[in-house]
Order: sequence, then C-alpha cells, then structure tokens
Amino acid sequence: MRVRVRFSKTGKVRFTSHRDVARMWERALRRASLRVMYTEGFSPRPKMHFGLALSTGHESLAEYIDIDMVEAFDISDLTARLTPCLPIGVEATAAMVIERSAPSLQSDVTLCSWLFTLRGVTEAELEVSVRRLLVAGTVMLTRSRKGIESRDDVRSAVKQLSVRTDEGHVLLEADIATEGRGLRPVELVQVLFPELDDVEERIGRVLRTHQWIEADGARVEPLPLEATTATHTEVCV
Amino acid sequence: MSNLWPVLEPLLAKVQKPARYIGCEDGSQRPEHRPDKVAWLLTYPDTYEVGLPNQGLQILYELLNERDDAVAERSYAPWHDMEGLLRQQNVPLFSVDTHRSAAEFDVLAFNLSAELVYTNLLNCVDLAGVPVRNDQRAASHPIVMAGGHATFNPEPLAEYVDVFVMGDGEEVIADITVVLREWKKSGRTPGSRESVLRELSHIMGVYVPSMYDVDYDGQDLKSVTPRYADVPAQVEKRTIADLGAYPYPKNQLVPLTEVVHDRLNVEVFRGCTRGCRFCQAGMITRPVRERPADQVRTMVQQGLLRTGYDEVALTSLSTADFSGIATTVSDAMADPTGCGQISVSLPSLRVDAFTVGVAAQVAKARRSGLTFAPEAGSWRLRQVINKLITEEDLYSAVDSAYGNGWSRMKLYFLTGLPTEMDSDTLGIADLAANCAAIGKKHSNRASVTISLGGFVPKSHTPFQWFGQNTETELRRKIQLLRDATQKMKGVTLKWHDSRASVVEGLASRGDRRIGRVIERVWRAGGTFQEWSECFEIGRWEEAMAAEGLDFGWYVNRHREETEVLPWQHISAGLHKDFLWQDWQDALAEHGVEDCRWTPCYDCGVCTGYGIEHVVASPVPPAGGSQGTGQDLTVGHLVPISLGLPRRSTEPVPVGGF
Repeated sequence: MRVRVRFSKTGKVRFTSHRDVARMWERALRRASLRVMYTEGFSPRPKMHFGLALSTGHESLAEYIDIDMVEAFDISDLTARLTPCLPIGVEATAAMVIERSAPSLQSDVTLCSWLFTLRGVTEAELEVSVRRLLVAGTVMLTRSRKGIESRDDVRSAVKQLSVRTDEGHVLLEADIATEGRGLRPVELVQVLFPELDDVEERIGRVLRTHQWIEADGARVEPLPLEATTATHTEVCV
Repeated sequence: MSNLWPVLEPLLAKVQKPARYIGCEDGSQRPEHRPDKVAWLLTYPDTYEVGLPNQGLQILYELLNERDDAVAERSYAPWHDMEGLLRQQNVPLFSVDTHRSAAEFDVLAFNLSAELVYTNLLNCVDLAGVPVRNDQRAASHPIVMAGGHATFNPEPLAEYVDVFVMGDGEEVIADITVVLREWKKSGRTPGSRESVLRELSHIMGVYVPSMYDVDYDGQDLKSVTPRYADVPAQVEKRTIADLGAYPYPKNQLVPLTEVVHDRLNVEVFRGCTRGCRFCQAGMITRPVRERPADQVRTMVQQGLLRTGYDEVALTSLSTADFSGIATTVSDAMADPTGCGQISVSLPSLRVDAFTVGVAAQVAKARRSGLTFAPEAGSWRLRQVINKLITEEDLYSAVDSAYGNGWSRMKLYFLTGLPTEMDSDTLGIADLAANCAAIGKKHSNRASVTISLGGFVPKSHTPFQWFGQNTETELRRKIQLLRDATQKMKGVTLKWHDSRASVVEGLASRGDRRIGRVIERVWRAGGTFQEWSECFEIGRWEEAMAAEGLDFGWYVNRHREETEVLPWQHISAGLHKDFLWQDWQDALAEHGVEDCRWTPCYDCGVCTGYGIEHVVASPVPPAGGSQGTGQDLTVGHLVPISLGLPRRSTEPVPVGGF
C-alpha cells in the first residue's frame, strides 16, 4: 500500500536540509512502529519518495512524502501517530492511500505557490517592481551552476505575483513553475529588484504554501487540504 | 538579553550548515533559569557534528537538569563563518537550547577529549566575552571548567581554566554544584571568586591551578606546590564504583542534522585493564566496571524505541571483553519497533576469531569493512607495547572475517613506538601483505588498508618518559612503509600528518609555559587545529620561538625517573613505581596480564580508592589471546566481585585531605 502524507516544516527546523528531513522521516516511521517496505541490497533503506526539495532555510505548509507500506491498514489516525514522532516544527497534516501507479510527486507537480516576507522594501516599491515584471515580454537572469554561467529568459516561469501587507510586513505572493530549470525563490527577488546588490538581505521568511498539479487548465494539490494554513500550531522558537 | 534567537536568526541564512546552531533535538531541554539554580553551559570545543554525540556531555546534561539546584544547556564551537558573523555583529557565544548568552551562565564547562582543541577552548571563552586568562576574571564572570581525558595533564591550560575535574563526572558535579549554589546565593560579591575557587579545591577530583605555585630550576620544572595548607598536594581522580547506578543518557539526543556516530550509543563498561602501554584511556579509567547485562538490554530496547534509530553501538574501550557479549549482541538485534533490522556496531574490536564471530552475527546487511588494531608490526614490538596479539591471532581473525563475507580489512598501526626498529616498521607491510593474500583466497575484491598514526606519548602511561620521535623520523618511517607497500596489490596505506603529532605531543606533556604558546596560536587565528585544512605547523613554530621554547626539549627528549613531571601532582590512582616498572618491563619486552582475570599486580587504583573491578564473568572470554598473553581457552578463577561491588557511601579520599 502506498500512502501519501502531507506535512509542514516551519520554525527553527527550517534550517535543516532536504537530506535531514529524509532522515527525520526514517526515524519517525520506526518510532511510530509503521511497517515500511525496504529497498533490497547491502544497505536497505525504507521506500520513501519525496517531491521537490525545499531549500534549507525555507518553510513550507505543503510538503509531501509517498511511503510504501508492507500491508494495508486503516490510516485514519496516521497523521496523529506521526506528528509526535517528528521534530517540533514538522507536522503531518493529511494522509491518503494512493495508487502505486500514480505519477511521482517530482513529475506531477508543475507549480508552487510561495509567500515571501520582504525587508527594506515598501509596498509601493514592490508593486512597481511586480508590474514591471508582469508586463515584460522577457526577463533575463544571469546565473551560474557548477561554475557555468548562463543567461536565461525566466519570464515564463513566473505565473502570478501579488502584493499585500500584514501587520506592517510587506508580503509577496508568487506562483512559480517548477518545470525545466525553474526559478528559485531568491532568483525571483533578484529579477524583481535587478538594481539591488543585497538581495539576500531583503528576503525574510520564505514559505511554500502550495504545490500544484495542473491538468486540463485546472490545478489541484497532490493531497487536498482545506485548512492547511491553520494547522501549524506548534512552532519551535 | 536572555534570548539571542532574534539576532541569530538572520545570521543563519548566511552560514554553512545552519542546523548546527538551532538546537531542537529530540531529548534537548529548555530549562528554567532561576537565581537559586546554578547554570552550567556544557561546551564541546569542536563543531556541532563532532560534539553532539559526546556521551560524557550528554550524561552530565541530564544529571544536572534533574537537580533542583542546577540547569544545564549546551554549546559547540561555531565554525569560521559563524564566528566571523558573531564577532562582526558583536553577538556572544550562545547555548543551542534556549539561545542564551554564554556569559549569563555560572559555569562554562568544557569537554576536552583531545589536545588539539585547546585553542578552540580559548576562542570559545573569548567569544563568551570572558577574559581568556584566569587571573583577569572577576566574580561577575563565569567559572571556566574543564574535564575529559586530556585534562589529566592540565598544566598547558593552567592559566586559562579555573577548575579542572579529573575522572568520572557523575558524582563530582553534584559536589561542585552545592559549592557554587551557595556562592550564587551569596550574590557573587566582588572578591569572592578566590574563596569559592579555594573551596572547590577541597573536593576530591577537583584541581584549581591558581592555588598552586610552580617553581623552575632554569628550564627544569622543580615543583608544583599548593599555596595553602588546606589545598591538596596531590589531586586524585574521581571514580564511580557502580556504572549500573547511572543508566545515562536516558534520553539520548537525536540531532536533526547529520553528525558523527549518528546512532544510539549504550556504554557497556567503563575502564580497561588490557594494559596496552601506549593507551592513556586504558590507564586513567581503571578499574573495569561493567554495566549489568539486563540494564544494557533495557537501555538498548528503550533507546531504539524512543529515538527511531536502526543502529546501536555498544561502546567501551574493548567491547568484545564484555561478559556474555554474544548474548548481549543478539538481544540488541531484536527490533523493538518491529519495523526492520537493527545493526549493532562494536567499536574497538579485539583481534581474534571469536570477535569476528560476534561481528558476523551483527552485520548481516552492511558487511563491507572491518577494522583491527594490531598496533605494531612485529611480535617483539607488540610485547613492548603490551598488545599481545600473535600473527596467528591476526591471520585467523582476518581469515574468519573474509570467510564471513567482509571484503575490506582496515588495520590500525602506530609508528614511532619505543624501541621500534626499521624491521618492526617494515613488519607492518608484511602483515598487511599476508592478510591481503588470505583475502585473495576468499574474494578477488579483498583489500587491506593500513592506517598509520605517529605515536604520541601521554601522561599517566608507562611511556610518559619516552622521547617522541621527531617529525623527520616519523616522516622517514612513513616513507619507508610507502615504499614497501607501493607495489603491493590489494594493500593501501593511509597515514596521519606527522606535524600534527608534534603539536599533540607538545600539548600532551607540556607544562604551564606551553599555555602562552597556545594563546599565541589562538591569537594568530589557529582554531580547529584538529581539522587538517585548518592546521598550520608554522603558527606553532612561530609561537614556540616567540616564547623562547624548544620543541625538542618538550617533545623528543627522553625523561629521567627522577624528573618532576608537569602532571605529577595529578593522580589517576596509578603508582609511579608501577608505571616506572611497566616502562622497564616494556624495554625488556615483557608483557603483563589483564588483571581483570588474573591476580592483582597492584597498579594502585583499586587498593588506593577502595574499589574493585565489576565483571559479571570470572573467566576471560573465549578466543584469542590479545592483550593478555594468556591461554584464553582455559579460564582463570580469580577473586573478583560478581555483579555489584561493595558500596561505600563516601568516596575514599587518598592523600592531601
């Protein structure tokens, strides 16, 4: 039986890496006494599949893991069993049995919604930048990977941008495509404010709010969850 | 400000591995600080990944937090990038539990497992905003404390650390807390620092270096004498009689990020009487105290359930010597979660076929490499160092290991040992070649890796009088082996930087004057000296020259029986006569037996402290002869206590009280 679990990662634990999260889950599955399938070979590991990696330092309300269980069982209390076995700040928020033939999270998800808290930028300045980007036909970004510099048009990766304020914080909501090389959250701020040389300093909280699967013009979440934003109750601060 | 998190948080986006600084581990505590509680900051002066698994620190963390009159938090040395940001933004060293400034604690207690971290200790004290030299500190500053194996020669840090703690920490921290609680209650008034330090010096196991005068006769050390009649002339180590009384850590910390030894660790016994003469740990932790097997079983099962780890290490200085090890191992393999397989690691394997049999039982899945430590290349030299493994022991162990499906053997050796000749050094290559040939009978993939370290003589061992090989000589011997093994098929040689061995030798047997050298190296930026990418011998050479001191005199000179050793006023319970006799026996190529299973040869520890070995089995383990020279196929019945030792309510003070 394959189970898909949705989980959040918020607070201090956001400074752990994607690999760290995989290890947390390995231990949590054992602590919850869940019988998970193991890989064959010299070093058997539990069969777990993660979706898109979340960068170290970013938070999320919409992370997913697919787990292969040895046998079928009632999963109605699964999230309640898992959360106490996970570190503070990582919380299982929904679970569902999926088909083994279901496409992998990695290939299925094409879009993510992000919420940025920006520093040292006014709402008006941000709005100007957002409008400038949205009306542009092309948005060129120079970036390097493994020492190789490239210059790409990243306009098509930006699907939607909107600006709002909350308790004095300037917030940017962004939908960014994940296909191809995509656009990292930090790179989005870079193309919004090409004149700034301290982009990293301007980015406060970066929160992934949704991952989306797009089909026939509609978007659905890998695991729908009505009250996702209200579920992270305990944050390690 | 009591919570530095708001200041630290923005810095974490700019450093490598930010998870090092967040705490939040399962098992971590968020204690409530109060004026009537002594606040301890337990600091490991190396990176988080190296320091977090340290069991000593975790045991004290739990014991202190269980007390009504103490709280304990943890701290680790920030890596260069974080240190730079802290200094730039004027942020002090902080605890990872509640992100509190180090200077707000009453005690900064350091774990010193090895000598090369000394500059990191100075750096952490400085980052805490505390003067690095102890004579500059006021009552408002925390007490800087240090414990751990390296402190058995405390003198190089005598002007920097206020209080050293010798031996097992479980009981002595209670005595220290009581004294500090009263000091805190009295308001830590100006001038009270000297009196509280003097009071601490009365506790058995505590050494307060500022209470002693050091006299030199030219270059030679003449004496180390207490300045007051109530300060002990000789400081004795503390030893817990019964390991079973301390089933700690009960809640081993489970880090959120990858660390070394990332697994459950259960200490099965403390102390070792194999009597390897190069081994400081074996000399200073006597006698052997086993944990009851049923307690080991409980700690393993509960620990696995609580942590979710699928690996447990049964730790000690020689785990195959644990009474009934085979049963203990098979019990440990039962997975309490019912999820899969538990792998059991046995660090420090003995070299014999029995041990391989135990190892074969545990590592069904991950059977890739196995490590043995014959330590020296010839039988003659192994008699000198009292590591009495015959070639046949090694070959039968290796044959058994290859036969059980292992394909890579790692063999640990030391070079630069007393009386070592080139024929001994080259014997290492022969042993490795023969092991590789045995391997080829089993598998084409069979390989042998020689891991070669330069021998550094340590205090409180029979080799404390031996002049360490010069760096040139160590390098020559390494080269000798490189040449000899270069064309050997299936044999690889790895070696330790001999320049680091020189500095380790300096700090291991140095006196108070070496402190200024350490300070100079630290001021020149020489932190993380145990990391090869950070180590520079040039800094140490410059510092030695600036202090007018000579490496040769400190490190390479043979010492005389009558010479005053810098650590002579510190006692691990071993009689000086015993150590000297053992040194003479070494030179005469005579081995000694393991006193756990044979009559006492009076090293001084059990008799002096009124304690005994705690060993569940009166007969030595079946199998090889390593370390004892005994025929271990036949048991020896000797008068030792079975199970719990006789208990004395008070530690027995020896001398100076």
